[in-house]
Amino acid sequence: MSLELILFLILALIAIATALGMLLSRSAVYAALYLVVNFVSVAIFYLLLDAPFIALSQIAVYAGAIMVLFLFVIMLIGLETLPGELNWRQLVWPLGLGVILLAEGAFLVVQRIGRDVYIGQTGTALSDPSLMAKVLFNDYMLPFQITAVLLLVAMIGAIVLSKREKAAKEA
Amino acid sequence: MVPVSYYLILSAILFSLGALGVLIRRNALVVFMSIELMLNAANLAFVAFTRVHETFSGQIFVFFVMAVAAAEVAVGLALVVAIYRSRQNIDLDQMNSLKG
Repeated sequence: MSLELILFLILALIAIATALGMLLSRSAVYAALYLVVNFVSVAIFYLLLDAPFIALSQIAVYAGAIMVLFLFVIMLIGLETLPGELNWRQLVWPLGLGVILLAEGAFLVVQRIGRDVYIGQTGTALSDPSLMAKVLFNDYMLPFQITAVLLLVAMIGAIVLSKREKAAKEA
Repeated sequence: MVPVSYYLILSAILFSLGALGVLIRRNALVVFMSIELMLNAANLAFVAFTRVHETFSGQIFVFFVMAVAAAEVAVGLALVVAIYRSRQNIDLDQMNSLKG
């Protein structure tokens, strides 16, 4: 077993365990914190796959911004646990469907690669953010600008939705 | 040396756990987190395929997915807060009418 494989297996264990923890924790705060750990372990996977820029934006955007937003809303609402959630008798059907989805997904996605490629050393040309930027700002310039519009629309939408009723009536 | 299929199987496992979360949880916030988990699993598959095909397209798509996820979370959480204001509850089983 090589070092990368050991690292992969430990991280995969952490990722699956934290995903399960998020799924099964009754408190939404614990679920959010489990998800942060899951995002960090996925970021380390990105480093192993030679994508350092994606890894760091994963930590900044997902583990940072998005999860802080989640925690803010949990604190604002103050409704961490719902009574009577996670009834074990109701879990049977979703669990069966989940297992079927997993089997089909894993089969199809592995079948698609055909030959198995081994990922060894990091530090190939793929890990250079300046080369990625060249592709992003040349081939994908239009989607990049559309993303900017999308973020603006989302910001306006969030402000409109969270405006209080009274203010909306007065306006 | 890690075979790329291991990454893809892990991605499928994380995606299935996310889908399971959407099915079994009633707390709207946890359902949102499960959707984030599914997006992350798809991103992991994208980056793994990027490594196989040695082009940057996968990484760039992950970048766009992150932007869309950020927008989705902002609007989704605003919706959750608005729903909580009108009904004092975020239980998805109780949201059965379109009237506000």
